[in-house]
Amino acid sequence: MIFFFLLQLVAIPVLSPLAVGIIRKIKAHMQGRVGASVLQPYYDLWKLFHKDEVISEDATWIFRFAPYLIFAVSVAVGIAVPMVTAVPAAFPGIERLSFLALSDFLVVIYLFALMTFFLALLGIETGSGFGGFGAAREMMVAALAEGGLLFSLLVASVIAQSGNLMGIVVNLQMMPLETLFPLLIAFVGFAIALLAENSRFPVDNPATHLELTMIHEAMILEHSGKRLALLEWAAANKLLIFIALGANIFFPWGVALQADALPGLALALVVFAAKAAVLLAGIAVIESTMAKFRIFRVPDLLFTSLVLGIIALSISITF
Amino acid sequence: MEFFLTPASLFLFGGLFLFGAFGALLLSRLVPDGGKIAGTFAHVLGFLGSLAALTTAFAVLVSGQAIAFSLPGTLPFVEFAFRFDALAAYFVILVSLVGMAASIYGIGYQKHFFGGHSLGWFGFLYNIFLLSLVFIPLANQAFFFLFLWEIMSLSSYFLVVFERKEESVQAGFLYFLMTHLGTAFVMLALLLAYGATGSFAFDDWRVASANITPLLQSLIFLFALIGFGTKAGIIPLHIWLPEAHPAAPSHVSALMSGVMVKTALFMLVRFFFDFFPGARMEWGLAFMLLGSLSALLGILYALAERDIKRLLAYSTVENVGIMLMGFGAALVFFGLGAESFALFALAAMLYHMLNHAIFKSLLFLGAGAVVEATGTRNLNAYGGLLKFLPLSGFFFLIGSLAISAFPPLNGFASEWLTFQSLFVGIASPSLLVKATFIITIVSLVMTSGLAAATFVKAFGTSFLGRARTVRTELPHEADQLMLLAMGFLALLTLVLGVGATFMIAALIGMIASIGLTDPLSLRFPFSEFIAAREQFANVLPLETIGMLLLVIFAVAGGAVYFATRKRGIVYGRTWDCGTPLSPRTQISSTGFSRSLVTIFQGILRPTRQTSIEYQDGKMRYFIKYQGIKMGLGDPYRSGIYGPAHNVLLFFARQARRIQSGNVNAYALYMFVTLILLLVWTLYS
Repeated sequence: MIFFFLLQLVAIPVLSPLAVGIIRKIKAHMQGRVGASVLQPYYDLWKLFHKDEVISEDATWIFRFAPYLIFAVSVAVGIAVPMVTAVPAAFPGIERLSFLALSDFLVVIYLFALMTFFLALLGIETGSGFGGFGAAREMMVAALAEGGLLFSLLVASVIAQSGNLMGIVVNLQMMPLETLFPLLIAFVGFAIALLAENSRFPVDNPATHLELTMIHEAMILEHSGKRLALLEWAAANKLLIFIALGANIFFPWGVALQADALPGLALALVVFAAKAAVLLAGIAVIESTMAKFRIFRVPDLLFTSLVLGIIALSISITF
Repeated sequence: MEFFLTPASLFLFGGLFLFGAFGALLLSRLVPDGGKIAGTFAHVLGFLGSLAALTTAFAVLVSGQAIAFSLPGTLPFVEFAFRFDALAAYFVILVSLVGMAASIYGIGYQKHFFGGHSLGWFGFLYNIFLLSLVFIPLANQAFFFLFLWEIMSLSSYFLVVFERKEESVQAGFLYFLMTHLGTAFVMLALLLAYGATGSFAFDDWRVASANITPLLQSLIFLFALIGFGTKAGIIPLHIWLPEAHPAAPSHVSALMSGVMVKTALFMLVRFFFDFFPGARMEWGLAFMLLGSLSALLGILYALAERDIKRLLAYSTVENVGIMLMGFGAALVFFGLGAESFALFALAAMLYHMLNHAIFKSLLFLGAGAVVEATGTRNLNAYGGLLKFLPLSGFFFLIGSLAISAFPPLNGFASEWLTFQSLFVGIASPSLLVKATFIITIVSLVMTSGLAAATFVKAFGTSFLGRARTVRTELPHEADQLMLLAMGFLALLTLVLGVGATFMIAALIGMIASIGLTDPLSLRFPFSEFIAAREQFANVLPLETIGMLLLVIFAVAGGAVYFATRKRGIVYGRTWDCGTPLSPRTQISSTGFSRSLVTIFQGILRPTRQTSIEYQDGKMRYFIKYQGIKMGLGDPYRSGIYGPAHNVLLFFARQARRIQSGNVNAYALYMFVTLILLLVWTLYS
C-alpha cells in the first residue's frame, strides 16, 4: 500500500519531462530537424533550479506561494490517476482512508481547475499586459473546456458505473466490447479538452514567446529560476496526467489489476508506454500539421468537444 | 440545555433582538455622540440574539425534539403559532451564523456613518430584520408568516435606502415594487391553500394535503413559485436583486444575499415537501430548467459586471439556480418514487444553501472592506489592493476559492453532491427526464467554469497588479472586528468543507427526521448505476483530500524550498518592453471578461457606444477626448417588464375615463351599484 502510494507519488513527476521531450523530438523530426535530446526538459529544469530569480516589485505573496501550490496539486492529481495499475480499487472499504479519495473524477477535474485558477492569478499578479491577457484567455478556454472534459469522463463513469477513476478502469475491463463504443466518441471530445487544457495546438502554442497570442506562456512570463521550473514541471505533470487518463480510461486494456504480480506489472508498464507514445505522437502530429486557431474559433472547437461528450453519453444510456 | 428546548428560549432571542432594536432608538436620542453607542449596542444585541438563536437551534437538532406552541391572542385570522422543528433549526443556524458575523463586522463598519446617518434608526432596522429572518422559519400559521414576511421586506427596504443616495433610493423603489408583487402572489398561494383546507394553520395543511384537487395544488404551487421566486431572484424575476443587494451597507448586503433569498427557498421546500407533498414530477423538471437558466445567466451577468457588489449579487442569482437544480432533482426523484435519491438531492440543495450563505457573506464583507478603503465599487478602479489590505484580501481569496468550488472548501462539497444527484437522474427510464438532467448538468458545468473565471477577475483585478487609479490617499486595512468577522466565516468555509462527510450524513438524517422522505425505502426504478455509489455520504472524504493536499504541498514544496534555499532573489520591475508601465497597461476588469462576453454575445447582447470630441471641430485632426461605453442589453426590461408596464398603463388610461371628477357622476355610480346589488340578492 505504502509502496504503491510512493510509486504513484513519484511516477508522474519523474516521467513527465520525458513526455514533453518526446513530443518535441517527434515535432523536430517532422520539421526536418534533429532536435534536442528527449532528456532536454530535465536539463532545463535542472538549469532553472540552479538559477537566481527576479521577482517583480508589483508581485505579492501569491506570486511566491502559488508555484509551489500548483506544483503540489499536479503531483497530488498524479496519485489519483491510474497509470500502470488500478489495483487499490480492488480493496473494498478503504475508499475513505486512502488516497483513493482523490481519484473521484470530479475531484480531479476541480483540482485541475484549481491549478488554472492560481495560474491565472499569477498572470494578473505582475501587472504586465501580457500576463493579464494570458489570464483572461486561459480562463475563457478553461471555462469552456471543462464541459467537454467532464462529459467525456462522465461517459466512462456511467458505462463503468463508478465515479472513481480506478474503479472505472477495473470495471471497464470487464465490460463486453460493444458497450464501449460510446467511449470512442467521448475520447474525441476528451482529446480536444486535452489539447485545450494543456495549452497545445490549435488552442495555444507551447513554443512561442513572441506572439501576442500566447496563453500559458504569457501567464508565466514574469517567472524565472526555481518558480519557473516548478510551473513548467507542473504543466508537464498535467500533460502526462491527461495522457494517462486518455490512455487508460478510454482504452482500459493492459492496466494491471494485481499489484503483487511483478511480470504483470512489467507488461502493464510496456502497454502503458506504448499507449502513451501513440498519444504523444498524435499530439506531435497535430502540432506539426495544423495551424493555430483564431482565438474566437476556439470556442467552436470546445463546444464541439462538449457536444461529442453529450452524444456519447446519450448513446451510452440508451443501451 | 433544558432551557433551550422550551418556548422561553424563543422569547430570549426574540427579546434580545427587540431590546437591541428599541434600545438603539432610545440610545440615539439620549446620547448625542453621533450614534456610536447606539450603533454598537444594536450590533452587540444582534450578535447576542443570533448566538441565542444558534444555541436553541443546536439544542433542537441534537435533541431531535421540536418546540411547538402558540401564544394566546384574540386577533381574527392571526394566531401566533410557532414550530421549531429540525428543518427550521437548520435554517436558523444558517441565519444566526451569518447574523453573528455580520453583527461583529457591523461594529467596525458603522464608523463611516457616525454623525452623518442616524445609527439609532439603523440599529432598529437591523435588529428587526434579523428578528424577522430568524422567526420566518418558525412561523406555523399563514397570517403570522405573512406578517413576518412583510416585516422582513419592509425592514430590508429601509436598510436598502438607508444611505439616501440617489442610486440606493432608486434601487429601493424597484425592490419595493418587486417584493410586493412577490408578496401578492405569496398571499394568493396562502389564500388558495386556505380555500382548499379551510384553515390558516400550517399543521392543518399538512393533514389535509392529501385531499386537495390536483388543479388547486398546481395553482398553489404556481403562485408560490412566482411569489417566492421573486424573493429568491430566479431569472426573470431577479431584476431587483442586483440593484437592491449592493445598495445596502455591506453587512446588510451579506444578510440579504446570504440569508434573505434563502427564506424564499426555505418556504419552497416547506410548500413542496412539507405542506403539500406529492407534487407531480413535472414540477421538478420545471424547477431544474429554471435553475439551469438562472445559474448560467446569473454567472454570465456576474462575469460581465464591473461593480464588485453587483457582481456578487448576480453570483447569488447563479447560486440560487444551483440550489434549484438540487430542489428540482429532489422533486423529480420524489415523483418517480426514488425517495432515497430525493433525499440526496434535497440534502445537496440544503447543503449548498448553508455553504452559499457562508461564502457569499464572506465575499460581501470583504467587498465592504474594499469599498470602505477605496471609496468606489468599480472594479476597474482597484488593483494592487493586496499590499494594503493583506488580511481582507486573503479572506476574499478564501471566499473566491470556496465559491468557485475548489476542494477541500465547502463550495465543492455541495456542488459535488448536486452533481452526483444529477448523474443519478440520467439513469432514469424516461427520455424527458434524462434530457432535462443532461441539460442541467451542462448548465452546472458551464456555470462552475464561468464562476472560476468570474472570481479570478473579481480577486485578480482588485487585489493584484498595480493600482489602476492614482489615489491621494492610500487604502487602509479593515478594522480588527471586521477582520474577525471575515476570519470567522473563512474558517467556516474550511470546516464545512472538510466536514462534508459528517454534514451530508447529518443532513440526510435531519430531512428524514421531519418526515420529508423515508430513507429506508430504496425502491428506485434505476439500474445498478448506483451500485458503486450507494454509500453516497462515504464517497467524498474531503478531510482526507484536504490532508493529502496539505501533506503533498508540505513535502513537495518543502523539498524544493530546501534544495533551492541558496538561490538569490532580485526584485525588479515587471518587463515593460522598453516603455514605462502605467497603471493602465494592465488588463482591466472589463477587458478580462470581454472575450467571454463576446462568445456569449447572443445571450448577453453587449452594447458599445463610442464618443469622440475634437479640438478642431471641422478638421477633425486633433482628438480632445475619446470615450467608449460598454454595457449589456437588458432583455428583461425591454421584453417583459416594459410591455407589462405598457399594458398596465393602458388599463389605467381606460379606467380614467370613468373618473370624470363630477360629483353627480359618482352619485350615479353608487346608485347603479346599489341597484345591481339589489338585483343580485333578489335572484341568488
